[in-house]
Amino acid sequence: MGITLRLAWRNLWRHSRRTWLTVSAIAFAAALLVFMITLQLGAYDMIIDVTLRVFPGQMQVQHEGYNDKPKMRSTIPDADVLAQRIRQHTAASAVAVRGFGFALASSRDRSYGAQVVGVQPQYEGGVSTIPRLVESGRYLSTERAEEVVLGEALARNLRLKVGGELTLLGSGKDGSMAATVLPVVGIFRSGSPEIDRNMIEMPLATFQDVFGMGGDAHAIVIDSPDLKQVPQVLAEVQSLLPSGADIVVLPWQKLMPGLEQLIRVDMTSAWFTYLSLIVVVTFSILNTFVMSVMERTREFGIMLALGATPGTIGRLVVLESVLLTLIGLAIGLALGTGVSFYYFVNGLAFPGLKELYAQYGLPGTLHPQISPVALLLGPAAILVFTSIAALYPALRIRKLQPVDAIHAI
Amino acid sequence: MTGTGLSLSLLTTLAWRNLWRQRRRTAVMLVAIALGVWSMVTLAALYRGLFEQQLRSAILNLTGHIQIHAPKYRDDPTIEHSMPAPDAILLAALNQPDIDAWAPRVRVPGVISSERESAGITLIGIDPSAEHGLSFIPTAVTSGRYLDSTGDNGLLLGRELAARLETGVGKRVVVMSQDADNQIADRGFRVAGIFDAEGESEETAYVFTGLHVAQAMLKLDSKISEIAVMTPDRDHLAVQLARLRAAAPGFEVEPWTVVQPLLVLTVRISEIMMYIWFAVVFLAMSFGLVNTLLMAVFERTREIGLFQALGMKPGFITIQVLVESVMLLAVGLLVGNAASWASIAWLHDGIDLSRFAKGMEMVGYGTHLFPYVAARDVVTANLLVIVLGIVASLYPAYRASRYVPVEAITRT
Repeated sequence: MGITLRLAWRNLWRHSRRTWLTVSAIAFAAALLVFMITLQLGAYDMIIDVTLRVFPGQMQVQHEGYNDKPKMRSTIPDADVLAQRIRQHTAASAVAVRGFGFALASSRDRSYGAQVVGVQPQYEGGVSTIPRLVESGRYLSTERAEEVVLGEALARNLRLKVGGELTLLGSGKDGSMAATVLPVVGIFRSGSPEIDRNMIEMPLATFQDVFGMGGDAHAIVIDSPDLKQVPQVLAEVQSLLPSGADIVVLPWQKLMPGLEQLIRVDMTSAWFTYLSLIVVVTFSILNTFVMSVMERTREFGIMLALGATPGTIGRLVVLESVLLTLIGLAIGLALGTGVSFYYFVNGLAFPGLKELYAQYGLPGTLHPQISPVALLLGPAAILVFTSIAALYPALRIRKLQPVDAIHAI
Repeated sequence: MTGTGLSLSLLTTLAWRNLWRQRRRTAVMLVAIALGVWSMVTLAALYRGLFEQQLRSAILNLTGHIQIHAPKYRDDPTIEHSMPAPDAILLAALNQPDIDAWAPRVRVPGVISSERESAGITLIGIDPSAEHGLSFIPTAVTSGRYLDSTGDNGLLLGRELAARLETGVGKRVVVMSQDADNQIADRGFRVAGIFDAEGESEETAYVFTGLHVAQAMLKLDSKISEIAVMTPDRDHLAVQLARLRAAAPGFEVEPWTVVQPLLVLTVRISEIMMYIWFAVVFLAMSFGLVNTLLMAVFERTREIGLFQALGMKPGFITIQVLVESVMLLAVGLLVGNAASWASIAWLHDGIDLSRFAKGMEMVGYGTHLFPYVAARDVVTANLLVIVLGIVASLYPAYRASRYVPVEAITRT
């Protein structure tokens, strides 16, 4: 093998310009794929993180079926007790109980339908950005306080300011009328138009009184220190759930199935474009492979005459192609990793996006995901395709007849 | 080049024959070019299909091509900012052959309650027959019936909303909203029909009833919230806009691009990304092109030397290599375009993406993707390949003309 390797290496540099052109084609494609894939995976991480941070959280304990059909009656009994146990016995970084209701919200001269959320003011900040994004007034004070905060667009629609009074009219857990008048202490701007137009938050105990919930709630929102730890915390929470009470814990993939599907669609369409690039590159370099064999027909003829087997020559040719590809991939990988790593450290900021996100307390820069899979996926795909391409000229060698070959031009 | 005494037809014949001296090599390069063009044109058609669908469903989703509102309505869409029904002048401007459809609507926020659940909705009073060709609703009712007149007091609910409210056709629901006197108005309705829309959000956001029923409930008299207008061509609205603005002074007459600015921006950005991708695919292709041409030139060193010794000018040799390259590119483009045409025709029935319905809905896409060919993209892809292809061939062509005849002839 030693001699074949040395031969292959030397053969490569007999036409150094051609070799470099081919190497550049491979390096270009590899660098591009490395950068695009790491960036793409990084973008997914960011989208997930940003979306979950605003309000949904990474996991939620709910009554079974609540996520699909959020009914007032589907509650978690004694949610606070369960939440306390989760806080003590798992690696969760934040745990907060919520109740959800719906009401017609009225100010003196306007009325809108709105989602009413009962929250634990002391814990809510751990699972949502909203408590930190109060743009006028303040956030809710204690769990028993009789006050509300509401989204900026809703406040504008209702023509309400801090200090104004909000009348809520809805139906409670048992279908009875739920009605109350509460002062507005704060107005928040979460950055999500849906939430800002539609949401009112009040302290959990007040919510439970108004909506006849007793000690029940609809969700226990749980965050782990890191998205990667979600499965572990999920399992821990699972073991704490009361058995036979139809209480389940759902990870974000189940809470927001759309988010995961969106990522899968984007991934699929991205791979379609990557593959078309790889195939074009492969055909583009196939000529170099074929040519380098064709022009050496005489040489191969002599080698055959001197006793080399077609197998040896075939291996030699494949080895040349693979060496060429590996050089290209190595350069491409180095370039791509370099660029990705630069942005991993410094963050890639889209003009405008960073400022926009910063306003809502969210990270606004994109960090490519640096992991072995993200880095090697693209180059590996290129290697597979070019190896197939390299087989074609190698197989042609089997047809060579020494005498004819020597006489070929 | 006439000075050489060689004609253009000789040039093309030479180039064409040269191309086919190495059939396999030319074929491989043709495949590379054709594949490149195919992927550009086909991907562009798929992405265009996505944008097109997004635009169409946004327009059908109660936007229309042009909207007419009271001045403050877009900022603060409440009942206070209603407008009077169109007067004779505006009616004359609306009833023109270059307007396909138009309809008045009442559109107010409200709350709907069944005996079990409540939800926030937008109550829309419509003229059922005028909505044909203007919005999705006339063809979306899948159980029960569509509304039959402006006085129809039935209610249309989305399937998802009906499920959440645990109600159905024939059942009663109550709708509450704020009326023109700032009082809470409520009215019981019987559910007349259930509609299915592309996305869950339309199914939970809107409920429809007859225009006059909504006006009576809200004490609006003959006032309306908006007029939506549909034209034959969404990209050429200047004439209609000018006429409607003249006919409705003091009102806001805006095209869909103003009503949905985010959508326009998204399409622009995606378009730029698409053209960047064109360039990337071309670059991948050009490495092969340059290599192949260089090889073709090198193996003909002796022959080129001979031509030069016989009096052919270097410029002619350059042109000959360029013509060869253009022919290669042209045939590749032809094959590539034909292949994309075939694959787009094959995808005519759309790609089923219903597995990803929820994800697609988050970005406003439907569950089926129909490729859409925009002439602009095809022209851009082809021009890019041919123009940049010639630029890439300049180097090999230049190399070919730089041989010193004597050295070239004696080289083996």
